[in-house]
Amino acid sequence: MSRVTFISPNGAMTIIEVPAGQSLMQAAVARGLPGIDADCGGACACATCHVFVDPAWMGRIGLAGGMEQSMLGFAEGAAPNSRLACQIKMSDGLDGLVVRLPEAQH
Amino acid sequence: MIDPQSIPIDKIDVSALELWRENRHLPLFERLRREDPVHWCAESMFGPYWSITRFDDILAVDTNHQAFSSEAELGGIAILDARQDLRLPMFIAMDPPKHDAQRKVVSPIVAPASLADFEPIIRERAGRILDALPRGETFDWVDRVSIELTTQMLATLFDFPFEDRRKLTYWSDVATVIPQPGAIVETDDEKVAVLMECLREFTTLLLDRAAAPPKNDLISMLAHGQATQNMPPEEFLGNIVLLIVGGNDTTRNSITGSLLALSENPEQFAKLRADPSLIPSMVSETIRWQTPLAHMRRTATQDVELGGKTIRKGDKVVMWYISGNRDETAIDQPDRYIIDRERPRHHLSFGFGVHRCVGNRLAEMQLRIVWEEILGRFPRIEIMGDPLRVNSCFVRGYESLPVRIPA
Ligand code: HEM
Ligand code: FES
Repeated sequence: MSRVTFISPNGAMTIIEVPAGQSLMQAAVARGLPGIDADCGGACACATCHVFVDPAWMGRIGLAGGMEQSMLGFAEGAAPNSRLACQIKMSDGLDGLVVRLPEAQH
Repeated sequence: MIDPQSIPIDKIDVSALELWRENRHLPLFERLRREDPVHWCAESMFGPYWSITRFDDILAVDTNHQAFSSEAELGGIAILDARQDLRLPMFIAMDPPKHDAQRKVVSPIVAPASLADFEPIIRERAGRILDALPRGETFDWVDRVSIELTTQMLATLFDFPFEDRRKLTYWSDVATVIPQPGAIVETDDEKVAVLMECLREFTTLLLDRAAAPPKNDLISMLAHGQATQNMPPEEFLGNIVLLIVGGNDTTRNSITGSLLALSENPEQFAKLRADPSLIPSMVSETIRWQTPLAHMRRTATQDVELGGKTIRKGDKVVMWYISGNRDETAIDQPDRYIIDRERPRHHLSFGFGVHRCVGNRLAEMQLRIVWEEILGRFPRIEIMGDPLRVNSCFVRGYESLPVRIPA
């Protein structure tokens, strides 16, 4: 289990325990976290699980891949630290990860 | 009449228009999903085509734009091949990278933050339409409510001359119809002429807005947007027409479809009335149930294996969203209309991948507002007869629906 902190646009923090191997999106949806829509169910095909990764963690998380970048290109307010939560698989090295949620998923 | 269970599998043609007019397509799709989910139809009024019928296969095609192209020159995005002479450049019928650049221009205009500004005026106009409905007499819900609401909403978003707003409906209808005797336009030439008229009117508006200071409407945003400034006029217009067509009959038919689905499932209607906070999930469930665009089409750019079949370069590939939305391997109890199902947005009606509907949140917002206003006003709406369905295997919609609101 690793702990991930989700920070919503109004500043509220939610800490979720994510088992290794699960995606950040799956953990957030299982918890019913508002702000992660995940319409496509993790297929990297809707961009409604958009998060901003805390810059301190970008080195370990890495940049988005090809299809993910295409999808992120259409997400509102996407930035270099944008990722799709369904494409981030949890591992022990990510314990303590912090991500921010956008205003809305589109 | 076709018996869906006994017709030989290779003779199945799910594009046959009478199936859609008579609402008999679903049993055929059920059989294809079970027996031949990636299905070749050698002969149809649209020529030979592949049918993709399962949720996961549709997702696979939709997200593989390298192998499955939307390009208009290859035939475009509908089972009916795009005619080359009446083509406006529209990013819905382009592949990356050109598609991506143009979509990015339009996307912020219909993003949730920008839409919030429109909400009060859309709500007020919706309220006025509903207040003006007759009591104790039968009227056509499609004309008085669905078309009027959608058209007023579009006129609001574009700041289109309000008294001319039915032109938007007409142009959208013409743009999507398959010309045939008895249809709104009967020949290709007639269709071209009407679309040219639409182009002329929008050119005038576009030039006016470009000359005036920026304001909060979609035409002005396009006219003044940084990224749009160097866009050739043809592309401006392509984008505008795409927004009208994309947002018109899809939303209209979802408004009619929601009343029909709720009326056919009275226990769901009661649930909604008891708890209006279910409106957003009812809206998503309705969009799945209705599947306002029954399919999207691609053209294979290379040989591809899918479901044990070999799709050849150049083949027409039809993703039947209407079938994938009833696939029980992806959606729990797909043949039931359940307004509070888990993950109601997990449906194919908006497509997936780079072409996923850019107006999806706008459509959801419009439907949400309409239903918030309906529930507050009418404790009962009675369906007085069968709906008349649109004769198309692309747009899944209604010509008319007689209803009555008790006095
Ligand atoms: C319930 C209502 C709606 C449904 C079911 C719907 C459905 C779809 C579908 C299936 C696509 C994907 C096309 C493809 O993959 O080839 C699409 C794309 C599109 N829709 Fe919608 N739509 C709806 C409402 C709207 C609205 C309100 C707008 C107006 C802003 C709109 C504008 C567009 C545009 C511009 C595209 C092209 C996106 C692209 O190619 O990147 N749609 N829509
Ligand atoms: S859930 Fe759809 S892209 Fe992540």
